Amino acid sequence: MTQSADVQSYQAKVYVTLRPSVLDPAGTAVRSGLSHMGHDNVSKVRIGKYIEVDLTAQSKVSAQEQLDKICDQLLANPVIENYCVEVFEAA
Amino acid sequence: MNFGVIVFPGANCDRDIAYILRDILGQPTRMVWHEESDLSELDVIVVPGGFSYGDYLRCGAIAQFSPAMRATVDHAKQGKQVMGICNGFQVLTEMGLLPGALVRNRDLHFVCDRTPVRVERTDLPWTQGYSPGHIITLPIAHGEGCYFAEADTIKSLEDNNQILFRYCDALGEVNEAANPNGSLNNIAGICNQAGNVLGMMPHPERAADKALGNTDGLALFQGLLQTAMAAV
Repeated sequence: MTQSADVQSYQAKVYVTLRPSVLDPAGTAVRSGLSHMGHDNVSKVRIGKYIEVDLTAQSKVSAQEQLDKICDQLLANPVIENYCVEVFEAA
Repeated sequence: MNFGVIVFPGANCDRDIAYILRDILGQPTRMVWHEESDLSELDVIVVPGGFSYGDYLRCGAIAQFSPAMRATVDHAKQGKQVMGICNGFQVLTEMGLLPGALVRNRDLHFVCDRTPVRVERTDLPWTQGYSPGHIITLPIAHGEGCYFAEADTIKSLEDNNQILFRYCDALGEVNEAANPNGSLNNIAGICNQAGNVLGMMPHPERAADKALGNTDGLALFQGLLQTAMAAV
């Protein structure tokens, strides 16, 4: 797709986290490892995903709307995960 | 009965199930490449085990957008049968044909074992080859087989008798010790409310040939065929 004059490049940072009701055995294992290292004050570790998405859009709002769809349909599974998206104008 | 087995890049149980359907049961069986979109002649679509699209992002997440799976949604909407085994179960939950999700096993281990499973309901084609409470032994092999859903979804599964298979001990007791992966309510397999879509983590196709020493899974496929015979 060629970039026309009225579209702007954006970069999105997408954070996908497990919903609080979903157990995270990997996070629990990491917390246990930290405890073995002496970090006894760490009470909880939850592991999620960080995804960078570059895209073009007419506006920041339309980029945000498109990213919400992308997250709902693929990047996150709403049954087990939450997400948040930060959109930045690309330099 | 016309069977179709979806083949994704990364599927690895597709030939096992095709062997059972075609060679053991003598049914016309077609391998369906994931880019195909006309599945209208099929009676039963099987989504096999494996690692579709490398299981990138989440198990089964990317497979849902393939043309073959879009056609599978139409197939299911017509009331025709769809069966997802292992990765296939994960695909069916990801695309919403079945409720809930399959997440990392409780102990983080990939579990490769044989486990007793109790048949909870026998009035559906999938399970009519068994008797109620029948305890069968099926192979399991998965890293993300822990069934999860919110409490209200679990309640509706229980209330609507959508749980067809539960992990149990050798005596049929359903308890935490007999739960290989932490699945809520020991869920090993469920169907949709209409009963035409089945998803299960255990592998009946790996227990359907006498040469392998265990044929506990064969009655599932035979039950399906009985329905077809009765319909003729």
